[in-house]
Amino acid sequence: MNELVFFINNVVIAGSVTGSIYAIGAIGVTLIFSIMRFAHFAHADIMTFGAFMVLLLTTAFPAVGASIGVPTALIMLPLAMLLTAALAVGIDKAFYKPLRAHGVKPIVMVIGSLGVTLMLQGLIRLFSGTGGQSLYVDDRKEIFRLALPFEGVRAPIVITEPQIYLFVITLVAVVALHLFLNRSRLGKAMRAMSDNPELAQASGINTNTIVAVTWVIAGALAAIAGTLLSLDVTFKPDLSFFLLLPIFAAAIVGGVGHPYGAIAGGFVVGFAETLAVFNWNVLLRPFRDSLPTWLELPSNLAFVGTEYKIVVPFFILVAILVWRPTGLFKGKVI
Amino acid sequence: MHGGYGSMNILNGVNMTLYADEVGVIVGPNGAGKSTMLKAVFGLLNVNQGEILLNGQPIHNLPPNQLVERGMGFVPQEKNVFPSLTVKENLEMGAYLKPQNVKRMLEQVYDFFPPLVEKRHQPAGELSGGQRQMVAMGRALMAEPSLLLLDEPTAGLSPLYMNEIFDRVKKINAAGVGILMVEQNAKQALAIADKGFVLAAGQNRFTDTGAALLADPDVAKSFLGG
Ligand SMILES: Nc1ncnc2c1ncn2[C@@H]1O[C@H](COP(=O)(O)OP(=O)(O)OP(=O)(O)O)[C@@H](O)[C@H]1O
Ligand SMILES: [Mg+2]
Repeated sequence: MNELVFFINNVVIAGSVTGSIYAIGAIGVTLIFSIMRFAHFAHADIMTFGAFMVLLLTTAFPAVGASIGVPTALIMLPLAMLLTAALAVGIDKAFYKPLRAHGVKPIVMVIGSLGVTLMLQGLIRLFSGTGGQSLYVDDRKEIFRLALPFEGVRAPIVITEPQIYLFVITLVAVVALHLFLNRSRLGKAMRAMSDNPELAQASGINTNTIVAVTWVIAGALAAIAGTLLSLDVTFKPDLSFFLLLPIFAAAIVGGVGHPYGAIAGGFVVGFAETLAVFNWNVLLRPFRDSLPTWLELPSNLAFVGTEYKIVVPFFILVAILVWRPTGLFKGKVI
Repeated sequence: MHGGYGSMNILNGVNMTLYADEVGVIVGPNGAGKSTMLKAVFGLLNVNQGEILLNGQPIHNLPPNQLVERGMGFVPQEKNVFPSLTVKENLEMGAYLKPQNVKRMLEQVYDFFPPLVEKRHQPAGELSGGQRQMVAMGRALMAEPSLLLLDEPTAGLSPLYMNEIFDRVKKINAAGVGILMVEQNAKQALAIADKGFVLAAGQNRFTDTGAALLADPDVAKSFLGG
């Protein structure tokens, strides 16, 4: 039973945390792709920007949350989402829109977004420094230990306060996005433009509006993902950048341009990563006595070492591109 | 009017006039510039010389969404539905600029194309060619246009569906909507046309009433297959 608890803590909870963050990041990437048909490499640093806004606001008003009993960082999140959405729209106006107006190939847009990502990284570092800073400025990170009511179970299930917020916020964001895309006039127009931009225009849909709305949503979601990630660990200017590959893997695994696919892809990649670095020795240990004596269990039985975690999304990416180029859900072929 | 996709002209001096409630039919060989003509009217490409007037107002510098506001609807030759949207959502997009009309117009369009009722929650990409054409025309009708541009509405359809579509076009026109239509089934199309335009190499070759063109031996010999 202790082993099961260990599994829950290290795979179920850890995988869901990683999966949620990848999923929210990947939704943004996939929405941008479905409307503008290019891979937006600056997405991770827009996530960092969102988290940095939360850090700034929380540092400026550290005591706001205490009066309500929520971490200040969470109260600042909506504001940071607004600022990040504004940044995303601004970046589009300044950098991508002129490129689109020239009718450039998607690859030029991709390179452009690489430039934007370097610029953002530099700017954020300039103001934040390079070290890690906790988003819990005045608040305390609550850690919940749930002891299971079974005989002989010593280890508790451990879940932290930001992880609970993460699950709740992910759920809310996904449901809100679903309702937006399927029920609202603007959301349907967005799907229509993703399907067929010329016909969308011929229907009277203002495609510039849809592009702006896409950036607002992608920016707001990026702020959520970046903040939740930084709450779970700490804020670092390069934290999100290292998620770029898994987030793109998630978007592609799910089927590019397919929001639900991005969610599924996020969890697939998140869990694959967690399972790959999980030490299976722990689960096998109870059966040690029934194993033949010549079979000695090595103390670390993970598929890959933690330091090589990044190969997992890479492997999944390659596997998907080889066996199912359109992704789990049928996305656009790139 | 002269115009094309870039600075090069595909249309070299076409001239067409259509009154408000008429059916105009454009016929001509492949590559004559028929689709290009419709796209030019709908503001999708450059007019390099000349002008396009709607109710006496110049419109050739207006983007498509403003033309929709002015009562123009366009059904392209290809890719004329949103494949992943349901039939109902496709139709709703047609009335994007008039959301208050959606309910009333949906009923009208379903009345007009009864086969769509049963399919309304199915993605348009899963429909047959004929049904898809109905969705495409329905989407354009949702905006209650006063002028409808149709690019080969019967292309690839069985004779049964073809007659159905021609029948619908007549009905739409009878309800007071002007039609400018490109057709390969020239004889059938000219039969319902008030005005006919035979286009070749981006220019009018023959322009007359539909009936006169059908009766003209020159037109018959070179463009209607004898
Ligand atoms: N998007 C485009 N860009 C550049 N040239 C184009 C484009 N579309 C069509 N053309 C060119 O314009 C000319 C006229 O094409 P258009 O599509 O108007 O012909 P059409 O009369 O509609 O023919 P069809 O009967 O085959 O539909 C052709 O030479 C074609 O190559
Ligand atoms: Mg054509």
